[in-house]
Formats: sequence, C-alpha cells, structure tokens
Amino acid sequence: MGAGSLVQMGLWALLALLAITMGAKAEDLPFAVHMYIFAAAALLALVFKARSFGKPAPDTSGYLDGVVRYGAIITVFWGVVGFLVGVVVALQLAFPGWNPDLEWFNFGRLRPLHTSAVVFAFGGNALITTSFYVVQRTNRTRLALGNLSWFVFWGYQLFIVLAATGYLLGVTEGREYAEPEWYVDLWLTIVWVAYFLVFFGTLLQRKESHIYVANWFYLSFIVTIAMLHIVNNLSIPVSIFGSKSYSAFSGVQDALTQWWYGHNAVGFFLTAGFLGMMYYFVPKRVERPVYSYRLSIVHFWSLIFLYIWAGPHHLHYTALPDWAQTLGMVFSIMLWMPSWGGMINGLMTLSGAWDKLRTDPVLRMMVISVAFYGMSTFEGPMMSIKAVNSLSHYTDWTIGHVHSGALGWVGMISMGCMYHLIPRLWGQKEVYSLRLVSWHVWLSTLGIVVYASAMWVSGIMQGLMWREYDDQGFLVYSFAETVAAMHPYYVIRAFGGLLFLVGALIMVYNLYRTIGGQRPVKVAVPGAALAAAE
Amino acid sequence: MATKIERDEISGTDTTGHEWDGIKELNTPLPKWWLYTFYACVIWALGYTVFYPAWPMISGATPGVLGYSSRAELVKTVDVAKAAQKENLDKIAAASVEDILKDEKLLAFARAGGAAAFKVNCVQCHGAGAAGSVGYPNLNDDDWLWGGQPEQIHTTLKNGIRYVQNADTRVMDMPVFGPDPANGNAAVLKPEEIASVANFVMTLSGGEADAAKAAAGKELYATNCASCHGDTGLGNKDMGAPNLTDKIWLYGGKIENVEAQISKPRVGVMPAWSARLDEATIKQLAVYVHALGGGEAPVAQ
Repeated sequence: MGAGSLVQMGLWALLALLAITMGAKAEDLPFAVHMYIFAAAALLALVFKARSFGKPAPDTSGYLDGVVRYGAIITVFWGVVGFLVGVVVALQLAFPGWNPDLEWFNFGRLRPLHTSAVVFAFGGNALITTSFYVVQRTNRTRLALGNLSWFVFWGYQLFIVLAATGYLLGVTEGREYAEPEWYVDLWLTIVWVAYFLVFFGTLLQRKESHIYVANWFYLSFIVTIAMLHIVNNLSIPVSIFGSKSYSAFSGVQDALTQWWYGHNAVGFFLTAGFLGMMYYFVPKRVERPVYSYRLSIVHFWSLIFLYIWAGPHHLHYTALPDWAQTLGMVFSIMLWMPSWGGMINGLMTLSGAWDKLRTDPVLRMMVISVAFYGMSTFEGPMMSIKAVNSLSHYTDWTIGHVHSGALGWVGMISMGCMYHLIPRLWGQKEVYSLRLVSWHVWLSTLGIVVYASAMWVSGIMQGLMWREYDDQGFLVYSFAETVAAMHPYYVIRAFGGLLFLVGALIMVYNLYRTIGGQRPVKVAVPGAALAAAE
Repeated sequence: MATKIERDEISGTDTTGHEWDGIKELNTPLPKWWLYTFYACVIWALGYTVFYPAWPMISGATPGVLGYSSRAELVKTVDVAKAAQKENLDKIAAASVEDILKDEKLLAFARAGGAAAFKVNCVQCHGAGAAGSVGYPNLNDDDWLWGGQPEQIHTTLKNGIRYVQNADTRVMDMPVFGPDPANGNAAVLKPEEIASVANFVMTLSGGEADAAKAAAGKELYATNCASCHGDTGLGNKDMGAPNLTDKIWLYGGKIENVEAQISKPRVGVMPAWSARLDEATIKQLAVYVHALGGGEAPVAQ
C-alpha cells in the first residue's frame, strides 16, 4: 500500500501542477476557470489519499457498495437539478421575457445544461451506479481493481461539473449531447476507460459460469459509448491553452458523424444501458423469472447491430446523400421489433404476478416506464419514415418524442430502481412510504402525458402551418405566427414538466426519510464464506 | 453453478437452468407475432432499397428502380409551383398597379401574394397586423405620409424613403428648429418659441393646449411651418410632410413629443425594395398595402 499510494499522490500532485500551469497560461477565462477546477480536484484527491496513511487497510471483503450508495444519492440530486432546469427553460420558451440579461442564464446556455444534466448527470450516474450494483450481484464478486470504481465516480462528477460550468460560461463544441470541449472530452475518455476496466474486470472474475443478460446490455453500452465519444469528438484545439476546438470533419461528414453519435447516444446510452437496469430490477421486483431467454438473445444482438446504422434519419432531406438517408430509414424500421423485444421481456415477466401492480407502486413505476419505452420505440421508427419526417422534422413533435423516452422510460425506470436500491443499501426492507411513491408515480405519469400531448399537438400544428399554402400558391403563415400559435402549448408543456418535478421532489423527501438515521449495510458475497471454509 | 432446469408452474415453461442473484430465466420461444413482424420489417426494408437509392458502391450508390432523387424531386416540386403562378406573375409584372386593381382575378392573386410577402419582409417594422408602432407608420389607417394612391405606394415600396443607396428614393427632412449640432448649435427657435409652436400644433387636431402659448405660436407656425405642413396643417404628401390635424402621430401625440419633434426631429428610413424583391412582388405588396384599409383612389395626374 505504501509505495503505491506514494506514486498515486505523486500523480495527483503532477496533475494539479499541470492544471495550474495551464490555467496560468490560459488564453480565455473559461479555460482558466476549468484548469483551476481541475487543479482543485487533483489537490482534493491528493489530500484524501494522504489522510489514508497510517490507517488500517480497509475491509475489502463483501460487495463494494459505498460507491453505489454515493451514486444513488448523486443520481437523485442530478435528476432534480436536470428536471428543475428543464422547467426553467420550458418557461423561458413560453415567456421569452424570462431570459435574463445575464448571458449565463439565457435559454441558449441553459438548454444544453438541461439536456446534459438529465442525460449524462442523472442518466449516466443511474447507469454507473446500478451497473456497479448489478454486476457484483449477478457475478457474485466484488468490484474489480480496488478503488478504481471510486475514481470513476468522482472523475465522472468532475466531468459533469466541467461540462455544466462550461455551458454557462459559453464553452461549447456546438454538437448536440456532446457540447463539452476537447479537454473535457479527454478527461471523460480517461474516466470511461477506467469504468470499462472496472466493469469488464469484474465480469472476468465472476463466480457464475454464464453472464447475465443485464450485463450484456451494460457492457455494450460502455464499449459503444467509448467508440462514439472518441470518434465524434475528434477535433483540433485552436490552442492547447484555450477552450476552443474545431471538428476534424467538415460539412455533411461532420453532420453525419454528429448524428451517428447522437442517435447512438440514444441507442446505447439511453436504451441499451437502461435495458440492463430493467433486466435486473424488474424480475427482482416481481420475483418471477425473466419471460424469455431466447428473446433476450435475439433482441439484444439485433438491437445493437441495427441501432448503429440508424443515425442518418436525423438528416432526412438535407445535403446527406439519398442512399445514406435510405439507410437510416430502413434500419430504423427494422429496429422496431428488436426494441420491442425488451418491452415484451419486461412486461411479460409480470405474467403470473400482475396483481403486484396493485400493491407495489415501485413496480408500477417500472412497468409504466417500460410502456413508455414501447411507445417511444414505436414512435421513433415511425418518425424516421421520410414522409412522416417531412412533417415532423424540426418541430416540437421531436421534442415530445424525446421526452416521452427521457421522462417516461429513462426517468421512471431510474427512479423505480432507486426506490428499490436505496432502502436495501441502507439495510431497510422498503422505502419510508409506498403511498408517497404512488403519488410520485401518478404525478410523473400525468406530467409526461401532459407534456407529450402538448408537444404532439404543437409539433404537428407547427409542421402543418409551415407547409400551408393558399389556393394561389402562397405560404399562409409567417414564422412568427407559427411561434405565437405555439404559446399555449409551451405553457402546458411547462406545467407537465412541473408535475414531473414535483413528483421527483416527493421522491427526495421519501428517500431522505428512508436513509435518515440508518447506517450503510455491508453485504457479504454469497458463496464466498463457503469457498473460504472449504 | 451447475445447470438445473426447472419447470415454472405458472407458465408451464422450463427455465434455462441458470440463476443469478435469485433471478431465473424462462426458455420461452420467441413470440410468433414478434418474429413475423420483425421479418416483415426486414423484407420491407430490403424491398425499399430496391426502389430507392440505397446500396453504397465504390463510386456512388445504387440509384433504385424508381430513379428517385430528393434533389430532382425538389426541383420538380418547385418548378410545378412556379409554373402554376407564372401566368399571373407575368401579367402583374407587366401591368400597372392601377390595372391590377381593376382585374378581379389578378387582384385576388396579388392580395394573396402581397400578404405572403408582407409577412416575410414588412412585419419586422410595421407589425404582424400592419399597425406599426412609434416611428413606424400604421398602414391600416387613411393617413399617408407620401400618398396612399396605388402608384404612390408602389413608388415608396420600390425606392424607399431616405434610403440613400437608391437614387430615386423619397427624401425630405424636417428641419431642426432647436440647437443644431451640425450648425454650431445655433437654434432657429428658442425653447419657449418651440413650446408655443407645439401648443399651437396641438390645437390643429383639437388636442389639449395652453391657450396663451398656442396663440403665441400661431404666428411662428405661419412663418416656419406652413410652407410644408400647409396653412391649416393638412400636410403635403409630395414632400412627406405629415397632416397635423388628424390626431395620428408617428412619434407620439403628447405635447412633449411634439416639442421634441420640432426641436430635434426624428426621421425614419424605409428600404428600397427594388434592390431585394422583383417587380411583381413589389406590385403585389402595393396592392396588399393599398387594400389594408386606407388606400386612396387613384387620381389622374
């Protein structure tokens, strides 16, 4: 421990020095701010490491759940932040006067803060946290590589802080869902490789002969996101002391790279990863076997093979060559059933136990989320059809589609898992109040339905208004008139988002009461004691 | 862990014999409807690639048996739309605005086209309902700075107002009566004189005014203002001098607004649309604006 720790401390000190130097030579303010944040983080890591000297070696038997506990709390925290910013930007759209004169908090900068907070901070932490929990349980082994999982946790939070502060300071690559600049991308790459090593290392030292389906999905998510992240962010910094960089690709190639990334961020981050969650927590909650092993194999491989080609459907009727548009569309259509395979396995696992929906609101939340998953994975292929897309593209319909997936599927499966996970991590049988969970379930469901319907109406209306010609062949509406027509739906949408946020706040209270005064529990690896005795 | 296949009593299906943290899996076959729908999607997808550009080759891609191309499709659609409007547009470009007003069919077309062009080009200043705002004339009323006859509106649209890039633009500036920075801050009228004139101007439209000041302003008005705005304040459309008797104010109708406008006048600029729009569109706009509510009947010159 001694020498290794010294090397580690040396590395942190070096990193801190490097960051301070780069901060001092920075060519723009945001870069300096970010380098000093880096330096502060490295110094904190150094101090933390130094304080562990002379203390007895920590107990490394049993599952490594400390990082899962931290992850569960931070997931809930970022979730509330993301939902709150979402409500704020929804109100800024409905009431443009609510954009303050401070550039840091206007819609243009808060919007990526909202999307990244929800997708990467909330969704990403939910994935990392549950994957660490599930991979240990389903392989009956402690997380591999010592404390590397803690590095993944804190490194990922640092990534979030850098990304979020960057947006507010105006640092952006202008690539949707990949806005952070080159140095933040580099940091995320390091964290992600560490994440892969922990997850894959744990799989390697498994005590089960077969790998459970949840882990296939988690692994495909981790590996593919690494590939997508690296290729999409290939860029050249203007200066290594500055925050601005330019993409390695140009024109339509750049657009296609971006949407190949963007669509698979949906496919592998928001679908595959969360299916991993579903495959563990739904059968666990229902206490029934997974409906079909065969379906899980076929839908897993077909899903990951087909998803990666569907990105061009984001660029219908653009400079993208027709053949590539066709490719994006037909792969999206073929993707319909593979996506629904997950829904079938999720819902049909309840067969023989449907009555639990009446008594268990946590399960109800998970099932509603799977239903939203089914709905949005039908809507997606439908919207990829060029004829539909010519109406839906660039309208609010897309926003509604994304949110029925993000709030309905991603949000509710994650929060359902947290309701299951958190009491168990603190030695409780169940959350403080199932009644409050029930309130949360219905408030968020209502919120999503209000949100999505408002966006359907507004999006389809917007698309129809844009293309409306009079009998003389002239366009009927000006752009401003279409914007004015959407105002009521923007207000309704903000209200839907508010309901969802209120539900999440109820969850915070409920989980706070669940954890309050409880001590973390240590869980032994089943079979380990037995093996030691032999 | 050894494989231990069990029969699930509820479904009557075997498990796969594995267990992870208490989770087992049933060995249920693929649902038939799922599998056949999946096949159908794949077949449909393959079929689509036969008809449309799809398979990438070394240079280019398979064109598909329909010979579809989104660019060709766009060109075709635009051509059809243009052809449908061509006859009317050609007639409008050749006709005078007054002639268009007399031709019912052309008039209907020009109003629709003018409305569409107005929404793109004019609403930014004149407002979506053409009601204008401070500094931007309301086009719905019958008060015209440069004339509300069809050809006058057309000329204004074509050449703009105080738009120096256009040689034929309408130009006339209200003189500065207060301290003029361009002239060593010399003032034509003293502040109290300006107040008097302003009060007199208010009386022209029956507005509230200080009677004594207004009386004092009458003489000053006759000397300084009447040459453009007329003895009775009716204005002069040939020089863009506003009518002062109608309670319609471009820069505000309070006494202090009128004083400011005399002391240090503001003047507006309207672009010359001939630089940006074709003749047919400008004529359609003239027809549309003329029809907004206050268009004047043409008067033979």
